[in-house]
Amino acid sequence: MSEVSLTAIDHSTDKNASLKQRLLRAEGSYRRRSMLLIAPLLIFLLISFVLPIGNILWKSFDNPEVVRALPTTLLALQGWDGESRPDEKVFVALVKDLKTAKDEGQIPSLIKRLGYEDGRYRTLLTMALRKLPDDGVESTSRSLIAQSTLWAEPSTWRSIQRAGRTLTAYYVLAAFDHQVDAQSGNIVELPKGQALYLSVLMRTLWMALVVTLLCVLFGYPVAYWLAKQPSSRANLWLIMVLLPFWTSLLVRTAGWIVLLQNGGLINHSMIALGLIDQPLQLVFNRVGVYISMTHILLPFVILPLYAVMKGISPNYVRAAVSLGAHPFRAFWSAYVPQTFAGVTAGALLVFIMAIGYYITPALLGGPGDQMLSYFVAFYTNTTINWGMAAALGSQLLIIVLLLYWVYSRVTRPANPAQRA
Amino acid sequence: MFKKIAVLALMAGAASQVQAQQLTVVSFGGLNKQAQEKAFYQPFSKANNVDIEAGEFNGEMAKIKAMVETGQVGWDVVEVESPELVRGCSEGLFEPLDWSKLGDKKQMIDSAASECGAGIFIWSTVLAYDSTKLAKAPAGWADFWDVKTYPGKRALRKSAKFTLEIALLADGVSQGQLYTVLATPEGVDRAFKKLDQLKANIQWWEAGAQPMQWLVSGDVVMTSAYNGRVTAAQKEGHPFSIVWNGSLYDMDSWAIVKGSKNKALAEKYIAFANRPENQKVFAETIPYGPTNTLAIAQIDPKVRGDLPTAPANLKGARSVDTDFWIEHGEELEQRFNAWAAQ
Repeated sequence: MSEVSLTAIDHSTDKNASLKQRLLRAEGSYRRRSMLLIAPLLIFLLISFVLPIGNILWKSFDNPEVVRALPTTLLALQGWDGESRPDEKVFVALVKDLKTAKDEGQIPSLIKRLGYEDGRYRTLLTMALRKLPDDGVESTSRSLIAQSTLWAEPSTWRSIQRAGRTLTAYYVLAAFDHQVDAQSGNIVELPKGQALYLSVLMRTLWMALVVTLLCVLFGYPVAYWLAKQPSSRANLWLIMVLLPFWTSLLVRTAGWIVLLQNGGLINHSMIALGLIDQPLQLVFNRVGVYISMTHILLPFVILPLYAVMKGISPNYVRAAVSLGAHPFRAFWSAYVPQTFAGVTAGALLVFIMAIGYYITPALLGGPGDQMLSYFVAFYTNTTINWGMAAALGSQLLIIVLLLYWVYSRVTRPANPAQRA
Repeated sequence: MFKKIAVLALMAGAASQVQAQQLTVVSFGGLNKQAQEKAFYQPFSKANNVDIEAGEFNGEMAKIKAMVETGQVGWDVVEVESPELVRGCSEGLFEPLDWSKLGDKKQMIDSAASECGAGIFIWSTVLAYDSTKLAKAPAGWADFWDVKTYPGKRALRKSAKFTLEIALLADGVSQGQLYTVLATPEGVDRAFKKLDQLKANIQWWEAGAQPMQWLVSGDVVMTSAYNGRVTAAQKEGHPFSIVWNGSLYDMDSWAIVKGSKNKALAEKYIAFANRPENQKVFAETIPYGPTNTLAIAQIDPKVRGDLPTAPANLKGARSVDTDFWIEHGEELEQRFNAWAAQ
């Protein structure tokens, strides 16, 4: 049967093409057609997901300021040995570049960028720009060095060279509290008063972990209790869980401020009841952040847990009890392990969401309670240092991916063992 | 039926296009914006048949930079603080102003007529407190640090700007020497050391309405605040007082965003806002000092004493050094962040 049809096809098409090739071709066109079907989705993902994230990763290495503002200087520096004072032509090129940059409005970004290498360069450039040596001056280098001896130091020019590369590690290093020392060119730790992001990163992870644990701790009994209710009543209670979930995040956060502040409802009633004499500090510190973040993220644990618990047959616990187990032992050994999937799903969801929290800590916390996203917003909006914002954002992204990888490694071998 | 509605809607759309031009003016929100609406937006739109789209922002230059870079300029006129004005002007984010179109330059106070900006008003950061809650009136920032006489929390704006100045003033640096000291590394260390003493008692605010709310709720006993906010709270009946000694004043300006599609109209608007009779209305609504010298004489004498520019209030005051903050701002804000987060 198949032979007959095959020969029929053979006759109707190109005789030289083998069966395999034709099969491939048919499959290829089939694949192309199915690709066409999912093309809108792919394009959407590409535009809304891959490109922006790629752009952010790129931005944390992108280094256009000096390249754009001082092209001739960088060119003139190419032949320089890096140790001695550069030639006169380098100084002339610099003055020429600065004049052009001034007309093109590139000075602020140039000063900003060189200031990252060493804060002193800001003053150095501002001074030079105030009194740029004229074309007719006898020695450009001498008049610049007369302004500041920093111009005579090779390290200044090495810094310009370093900042003049098209890609830079500055932002990524700074995100991990390191920098390239302007004098020696080595990678060193930031001085104590300036180091910030490693401790912020640790704090972010720690706070997310605490919130996750609190959510599981409070969410587990609620979900268990909900799963035990008859379904009509469970639905009502579920709506109670979901109601705050549907309310705007900002409204809930502002609500917590009203409740927790010194003259707020909670302190007022506790003082009225005689429980405390002085109002407790419940807001603008870590306590306030934990309370409201736990409240806001709780549904993300309750819902997956409830879904998993609903599917667990009560027979397992009954069987365990009938075999003589203490009810708690039965619950602990027969019931709880079956809810692990729900616990891990909920916990992972909460953890990953908590790690990127911004509004709640910003409104309810003090400066010591801000998480990494606060600084991303700070660099994006306030100082317009988008390289730094991108580096911190990438840091967060990579940490989350790493954690997810660890999570999948930890949970994968456990599953077959459980089944066995 | 639907046709009718559609036709009507189209006609309405067409009519509104013919009827009024649009101008988007973005300022700092709250009471400041309310006063601007009364003094500038409403009379200007009535007189010129212009719809003013009034937006608000917190002075983040990022939005303006993004607009100019992408060429999607949706804002026409913005209110900016001095360092942002100077920085934005040299970065090419604002249109250079042609003062022949903006009214009489000679009427304006010195720094109010600049390359890209037209001064709107002078505002001040002052020490404010609830006079019913403190037994003795504080006299300046040194008393702000005195937690024995005045127990309780204090609020400061969460930024290096103002905070470092306040710390040095509290440590006994004179107004004249303030920025000379702060420009040295030792001066910065001194400011942070002074702040260390008070750190546990500081609650940081970011929006101008927060410190007033905290004074009302009793969260703090003293705070730094924008003087206009304090006077507004006083008008609402709150027993707040201002210490002008050691206050820090600065100017806010109008600027036209580079590439604005309504540049001519924006210039007309700024010229309107520069007029003394309009600045008078603004200052009487919210007590910020006018930038047009002719406006001062027209202002209700009762209000004049509340202005940062009143001679008695200027005595112990110091203007914020724009150049200093342009040069050192980012470095100091970074260090301040690191300090505050520990």
